[in-house]
Amino acid sequence: MTRTPAAVQAPLAGFTGADPAGVASGDHFMDGDFACAEGALAAGCRFIAGYPITPSTEVVEHFARRIPTIGGVFIQMEDEIAASIAIQGAVWAGHKSMTVTSGPGFSLMMEHIGLAAMAEVPCVFVDVQRGGPSTGLPTLPGQADVMQARWGSHGDYEIIAICPNSPQESFDFTIDAFNLAEQYRVPVMLMMDECVGHMHEKVTIPRPEDIKIFPRRWTKQAVGSYLPYKPEFDGWIPGMVKAGDGHFFHITGLTHDERGYPAMSVECQESLVRRLVDKIRLNADAICRCEEIGLEDAEIVLIAYGITSRVAYAAMEEARRRGLKVGLLRPIILWPFPERRIRELAEKVNTFVVAELNYGQLSLEVERCAAGKADTILIGHGGGTVHEPEAILEVLLRAAPDAIGRQGPRKRMSPLRAAPDAIDRQGPRKRMSPLRAAGKKR
Amino acid sequence: MDTPNKETTPGTSPAPRRVKPKLVVDWERCKGCGFCVEFCPKEALDLSGDFNRKGYHPPVVDDAKCVGCNICELICPEFSIFCKDAEGAPARKGKEPKKTHLAEPLLRMDRMPHIWCPGCGIGTTVNCFTVALSQCGIPREKIGLVSGIGCTGRVAGYVNLDSFHTTHGRAIPFATGLALGNPDMKVVVYSGDGDLTAIGGNHFIHAARRNMNLTVILVNNFIYGMTGGQTAPTTPIDAKSSTSPYGASEPPFNLAHLAETCGATYVARWTALHTRQLTRAMQEALNKKGFSFIEIIAPCPTLFLRLNKLGDGLSMMRFFRDNSEIQNGADTRSVAIPYQGKIVLGKFVDKEEPTWLDRMNNQMSKALGTRHVPYGAPKKEGEAKS
Ligand SMILES: Cc1ncc(C[n+]2csc(CCOP(=O)(O)OP(=O)(O)O)c2C)c(N)n1
Ligand code: SF4
Ligand code: SF4
Repeated sequence: MTRTPAAVQAPLAGFTGADPAGVASGDHFMDGDFACAEGALAAGCRFIAGYPITPSTEVVEHFARRIPTIGGVFIQMEDEIAASIAIQGAVWAGHKSMTVTSGPGFSLMMEHIGLAAMAEVPCVFVDVQRGGPSTGLPTLPGQADVMQARWGSHGDYEIIAICPNSPQESFDFTIDAFNLAEQYRVPVMLMMDECVGHMHEKVTIPRPEDIKIFPRRWTKQAVGSYLPYKPEFDGWIPGMVKAGDGHFFHITGLTHDERGYPAMSVECQESLVRRLVDKIRLNADAICRCEEIGLEDAEIVLIAYGITSRVAYAAMEEARRRGLKVGLLRPIILWPFPERRIRELAEKVNTFVVAELNYGQLSLEVERCAAGKADTILIGHGGGTVHEPEAILEVLLRAAPDAIGRQGPRKRMSPLRAAPDAIDRQGPRKRMSPLRAAGKKR
Repeated sequence: MDTPNKETTPGTSPAPRRVKPKLVVDWERCKGCGFCVEFCPKEALDLSGDFNRKGYHPPVVDDAKCVGCNICELICPEFSIFCKDAEGAPARKGKEPKKTHLAEPLLRMDRMPHIWCPGCGIGTTVNCFTVALSQCGIPREKIGLVSGIGCTGRVAGYVNLDSFHTTHGRAIPFATGLALGNPDMKVVVYSGDGDLTAIGGNHFIHAARRNMNLTVILVNNFIYGMTGGQTAPTTPIDAKSSTSPYGASEPPFNLAHLAETCGATYVARWTALHTRQLTRAMQEALNKKGFSFIEIIAPCPTLFLRLNKLGDGLSMMRFFRDNSEIQNGADTRSVAIPYQGKIVLGKFVDKEEPTWLDRMNNQMSKALGTRHVPYGAPKKEGEAKS
């Protein structure tokens, strides 16, 4: 069983080390929220605007404690709407900036995620997911904001979303989030969950020179002739400037031309929105990142992310011990979705089993990409806690191909059996609604 | 604007002590609002009988009467009439001879004509703003401008500064990030009454409370212009709007009072007619540290005036002339604006208070002593450059 590391991809040319002022090198024992704040500081973020909300608040609390001795700004705004646009003002002033929230606050930020996508503002939105909808379960985990992260603002756009499953990853991926934001000039969502946010573990913060920072893509255009939306990097990405340097540039959330001027035409809409979408879609292979365990011989692929992936490890190991050919795929980058990888696997495996703390979000993407070539079974959960590993194991056992499945799964499954009707007995190739799998579960 | 400027025939009066500037009308820019004609103190202008290509009657100048006071240049919402230094005029100290409209170097002329209706007051306020900009002494690159959404919100698109057209109501928090992000800059918020005090009301009061270093210029036309004339938090009781077809019944905000009670350190109100005072107020506000607020009462002929059968932009400007009262230092509790009633104008508040950043830095150094790294000091080596 091989395991591809979850670590950061091979560094691209053009990375630099981190500003030592923000890097607390060494081994620490801290929760995911604190690790996120440390990640932001290590990434060079010196501006956070936020509004308190459980279970994300510790991120800004920690930042507020640290920043005055480093040099920067934390401002607690009057609401999340304000926070999510104040960070964009700071970006245009030359900063790396971030805001932090949970469910209800994330909902309030949607309009400004759209602005950041439209105006191509590199910035980071952290969502420490809790149970929803509405005020839901403020202190307990959920993973039901995954689709909102992707589609929450109006209009067509793409974002990048990245999902840690430990405090260490919370640190590492916050840095990656800033790097991706700069590289692609998109808002990047760090999709934590309450468990990862509040879980204490060892976090190792490297030396500043060992941290890879993607610097801002400053324009190469001269003062006086700067076109804010002329692609300058990789054929897609316009160069950045900051206010105060004499470029006299204009930025708008209206459909705009290369000058940044409003242009209310079908042609301009087409070329702008196409570029916003394509700069991510056509680079999806470079952006996507998954952790894979034991997929070489797998007949069943268990898919889980964030805290659920840690429960899934346990279920997978037990299933393997019992002779099932189960592998685990953990999308680390949730958006863009690892579409190509799922399509490849669908050619080889029988079944995808998706465990997530919602009633079917990423599983819909899996099902779409599997395109009928393999089954997709959802193990849904309303949130508030994590799945029982046994519940996942049980579905794996029942989803197993005949060799195991027909030898009396009911007997072998006991006493884990929880949902006798959950799996369609007519064979794994038969398509089923992902929601049915969990329908009677809890 | 490719049409050549139409210069008027040279005056015939005897040579004056200073060479009188020459009045130029950019014939095609004019939308015939009549402001220049009405408010020329020398009655030197009249609307021509001819049409321009848009179908308006631009003004013609009687050079013998014109004294070159440039009131018309300041009041014209289309930037279409201006004084030009005459040939052979003595050079002005350290300045190039003036050949274009005073606003031109500060506007994105490639975006003209602007979207505002004939007789709309917004263009006039922008005119005053450009003069304030050029006279305030702050280098142009150190001034940023942020707008929300609305007719007034389009100002950001026309002013040739680092300028940001953001989302509806959220200019102030964006500007907060910009101003804190680069404390060397003076950040101006320029937006409508609905934008800043309905959907953006929360941000307005909190930025004032914090004494954030922002100049907020609010154009109050008593209505939502951009979306077609709906009730705003400034619509006076009894005034009609498209969503109050029988007259508004909610009490409106007294914005000067709101700003003062929330903590603004500079509060002034002028109308689009009071171009000189407005320009001066803008200059003062630009040089003020902290939250400065200027409310400008301006005509919206297309919606507020039409829905209320109050005539055109010019009628409203006349109304401002006849019904406004300057009371500098007035108690802001007394300056609410009744429907078609007296409008109290002036500078109401001008005081010194530490800004958000000053207070933050003081607090941190009090608590942390030498461990505090003050923020907003000149940039260190290796920081972001472009
Ligand atoms: C979130 C959101 N809600 C509503 C609108 C529609 N909208 C655009 S401008 C505007 C009102 C503008 O009124 P005001 O601020 O008074 O400016 P004016 O047009 O009168 O200058 C509204 C409601 C919007 N763009 N965004
Ligand atoms: S003020 Fe300007 S737009 Fe109005 S009539 Fe005079 S020149 Fe024309
Ligand atoms: S609708 Fe009113 S506020 Fe808007 S441009 Fe026209 S006159 Fe001005």
